Amino acid sequence: MAQSEQEILEGLAEIVNEETGLDTESVQSEKSFTDDLDIDSLSMMTIVVNAEEKFGVRIPDDEVKNLKTVGDAVSFISKNQA
Amino acid sequence: MTTPSPKGTGSITAPEGAAFSRIMGVGGYRPERVVMNAELVEAIDSSDEWIQERSGIKSRRFAAKDESVVDMSVAASLEALRAAGLEPSAIDAVIVATVTHPYQTPAAAPIVADRLGIQAAAFDISAACAGYCHGISLASDMVRGGSARHVLVIGVEKLSDFTDLTDRGSAFIFGDGAGAAVVGPSDTPAIGPTVWGSEGAQWKTISQRDSWVDVREKDLGWPAIGMAGQSVFRWAVWGMAPVAQKALDAAGVRAEDLDAFIPHQANMRIIDAMIKQLKLPTDIAVARDIAETANTSAASIPLATERMLREGEAPHGGLALQIGFGAGLVYAAQVIVLP
Repeated sequence: MAQSEQEILEGLAEIVNEETGLDTESVQSEKSFTDDLDIDSLSMMTIVVNAEEKFGVRIPDDEVKNLKTVGDAVSFISKNQA
Repeated sequence: MTTPSPKGTGSITAPEGAAFSRIMGVGGYRPERVVMNAELVEAIDSSDEWIQERSGIKSRRFAAKDESVVDMSVAASLEALRAAGLEPSAIDAVIVATVTHPYQTPAAAPIVADRLGIQAAAFDISAACAGYCHGISLASDMVRGGSARHVLVIGVEKLSDFTDLTDRGSAFIFGDGAGAAVVGPSDTPAIGPTVWGSEGAQWKTISQRDSWVDVREKDLGWPAIGMAGQSVFRWAVWGMAPVAQKALDAAGVRAEDLDAFIPHQANMRIIDAMIKQLKLPTDIAVARDIAETANTSAASIPLATERMLREGEAPHGGLALQIGFGAGLVYAAQVIVLP
């Protein structure tokens, strides 16, 4: 069942928290993964794979570079959920 | 004209091999020059801390300008032979796994054999960072199939010749070195079934940037090895953990039976993530030679093995799971008894 963008944001925040230890509150739509949250490329890939599993979507390697902000990831997941 | 029929007067004698195979000894060679991160950071506008965070690498060894893949192979081989208690004359075949021998032809292996004073069968294999595990698989089958009694398997790279020191994605990753193992007959199974395969559709993920022909015809610069780090990371962790598990299952060994886990030393982050995926018990020694040796491709597993045995981190006679994965993309994994 498709989730709301708010639910996806909350789920993504948990994944980010698990990988980086960042507070879930700091994971907000307008935040940049690299510039604001200081997430490097390998942590980003871990987040992507965990998000695929959690939300039942496929996020191709080529797509990952387009996910600059948390909001970019939320809308990609939202659009691609079955 | 009538179709010829076979004479039927001769019959072939089947080769006779050993019941089982084992690794009898390993040896390593690390070039003298230690290159700290500090020496590389300026060209990639980076820092020691940045490199360590992303790779766990503190330093690597670079071979001397006139030190070749063959030179390093010979040094590691002599150590492996000594550990196995064998003279070079006992070797029936030499397999060199490398992607940095700078001659398209001939292979490095015959020259290594000659330098060891032998005229054994000798050939190179190109399976990048998985080359050593491919070599162990071939050697084991050769010993059991009867085409050789003792096989010398060498993983060797002089990656400093093929590294673009201005490429932020790879400049700090690679190192030079050689590791070797002698595979011979055994009374009990000591090299488990190899789980291996390829994903050639992803061949551009790790590759020499341009073909030799393009380099000549389009007047391109030296074709260093490049890689898409994020894609490699995903494939290595989530693609290779199930392969490692299959190698355990094929050997009939449980993770908790292992004494050591010796994955290809690609990146400390990959090693840590693999352990997590495999749910490896914490008492199992894990190879982390990458910190001081960096990624030496085909040499990384035998070098890490040699270090673990020498430093007493893993026991002689213990069970180790080894897995190589890299350019191709190709992979190979097997459980072995440590010599």
